[in-house]
Amino acid sequence: MIVAKPKPFPFLTEQLRPYRKVAVVGCETCVAVCLAGGEREVRRLAQALELERRVRGGVELLTLPLTVKRQCEYEYLEPLRETLKGVEAAVSLGCGVGVQYLAAAFPELWVVPGLDTLMAGGPTALGVWEEYCRLCGECLLHLTGGICPLTRCAKGLLNGPCGGASEGRCEVNPEVPCAWILIYERLRRFGKEELLRHLTPPKNWQLAQGRGPRKLVREEVRG
Amino acid sequence: MKSGSRLERLLSQGEFVVTAEIGPPKHASAEPLIRKARLLKGYVDAANVTDCQTAVVRMASIPAAVHLLREGVEPVIQMTCRDRNRIAIQADLLGAYSLGIRNLLCLTGDHPAVGDHPEAKGVFDLDAVQLLDMVRRLRDEKVFQSGVPLKGPEPRFFLGAAENPCGAPVELRIMRLAKKVEAGADFIQTQCVFDLECFSRWMESVREEGLDRRVYILAGVTPLKSARMAQYMHENVPGISIPEEIRERMAKASDSQEEGIAIAVETIQALKRIPGVAGVHIMAIAWEEVVPEIVRRAGLFPRPQLPEETDR
Ligand code: SF4
Ligand code: SF4
Repeated sequence: MIVAKPKPFPFLTEQLRPYRKVAVVGCETCVAVCLAGGEREVRRLAQALELERRVRGGVELLTLPLTVKRQCEYEYLEPLRETLKGVEAAVSLGCGVGVQYLAAAFPELWVVPGLDTLMAGGPTALGVWEEYCRLCGECLLHLTGGICPLTRCAKGLLNGPCGGASEGRCEVNPEVPCAWILIYERLRRFGKEELLRHLTPPKNWQLAQGRGPRKLVREEVRG
Repeated sequence: MKSGSRLERLLSQGEFVVTAEIGPPKHASAEPLIRKARLLKGYVDAANVTDCQTAVVRMASIPAAVHLLREGVEPVIQMTCRDRNRIAIQADLLGAYSLGIRNLLCLTGDHPAVGDHPEAKGVFDLDAVQLLDMVRRLRDEKVFQSGVPLKGPEPRFFLGAAENPCGAPVELRIMRLAKKVEAGADFIQTQCVFDLECFSRWMESVREEGLDRRVYILAGVTPLKSARMAQYMHENVPGISIPEEIRERMAKASDSQEEGIAIAVETIQALKRIPGVAGVHIMAIAWEEVVPEIVRRAGLFPRPQLPEETDR
């Protein structure tokens, strides 16, 4: 899933200072699961924003808490059109994709990101999320036993570990295991450590970076 | 001959070579480089110039190496994957060769997070193995990384790589070493050796794989300056562990610098006896002036000369 975290509250109050009617738009998918932008967070943020304005003084703030199934699909944003009439600004509690879809769907609406979008990852303990994929465009997990060296090795090395791992920990961040030692151990369990002898060629970063935004067209889906 | 460098020629003649390391200055004057080059001249066969080691900004390796060349010290430049993509690396190496540089050590590089610009973007477009492969193909196949042919003379570098002999797991380290040799490494510089037992075990695996016959192994030696330095390196430098015995010797010594030199000399003498070790690489961190004494006391002075050098 996409993992995001809330932006600081004072940032949002500052950004919204000029407006009196503001929508807070959440998303029921990734950001809801990582407890950053679901219905509950939307409700709480809306209340907090109104309260802050009341305490601070100035024009009264009216918030509209809204949550859609997926903010990254126009289909789910369309039904908001009526509700958003007369609304001047919105805080999106979607990921970076959601914020942009919301802004594109409602050209008259000033949209402020309410989250910092961090990574493609997942929860590893209560309140802890970790990154697993850098969305590189050409997965090589079949070579590395299902452990991504691009993401989980601090240097993104593709041909085995640097010399600095100590007691299985990464030299750059001893809090995490050296990805290459994990890869080695897993390949060995499957008797596939010979894979480590092959030279993995330099990555084709065109697949990861494109020429600007990447685009996927699947003719068979288009029909 | 791949490059015809001094280092390559001496190694191919079977000489036990001595190299040292020079850290370029954190400013724009060549004065410290020139001073260090004069200090080391005649005591080492070549000198490494680091490429912003520990991710701290310094004078770049290639121009620093040119200052060494002018002083008559053969340089080994270092190139890391941290700061340059494949375009910049190849461009810089064409330039380096045109300036007379013939030895190149290919490194992954330390992560920017450990240096003095922790907010910098780590490039790591290539890793050290891919870097070696690229530079070997520039030399032997006369093509750039993309496969596009060169339009004239190719850069012919004598290629080095680094290895940590005491890293675990050993099997994984040896596989990676073999991969570096396959990719193009002609010589290997090891991380500094303090634990001779673990180094000897590693050399055994190197010989078992037949790698000592395919690549020259230069063992790293670092003279310890103080007990504090020993403790610090043991605890903080990734991939280095200093046996308790040595740390204790340093702690008990009345003259710790002298003890550090003595340990370095003993280490070199022991390394010289291990089959497959082709030379030593002395990394006297911010203590370059001690290198001549170590070389002398280890019985490695005078350094051999090439035929055309003795003529003069
Ligand atoms: S190899 Fe690429 S696609 Fe596969 S997990 Fe890693 S970053 Fe993601
Ligand atoms: S210690 Fe392991 S995970 Fe960390 S940078 Fe080196 S190879 Fe990558």
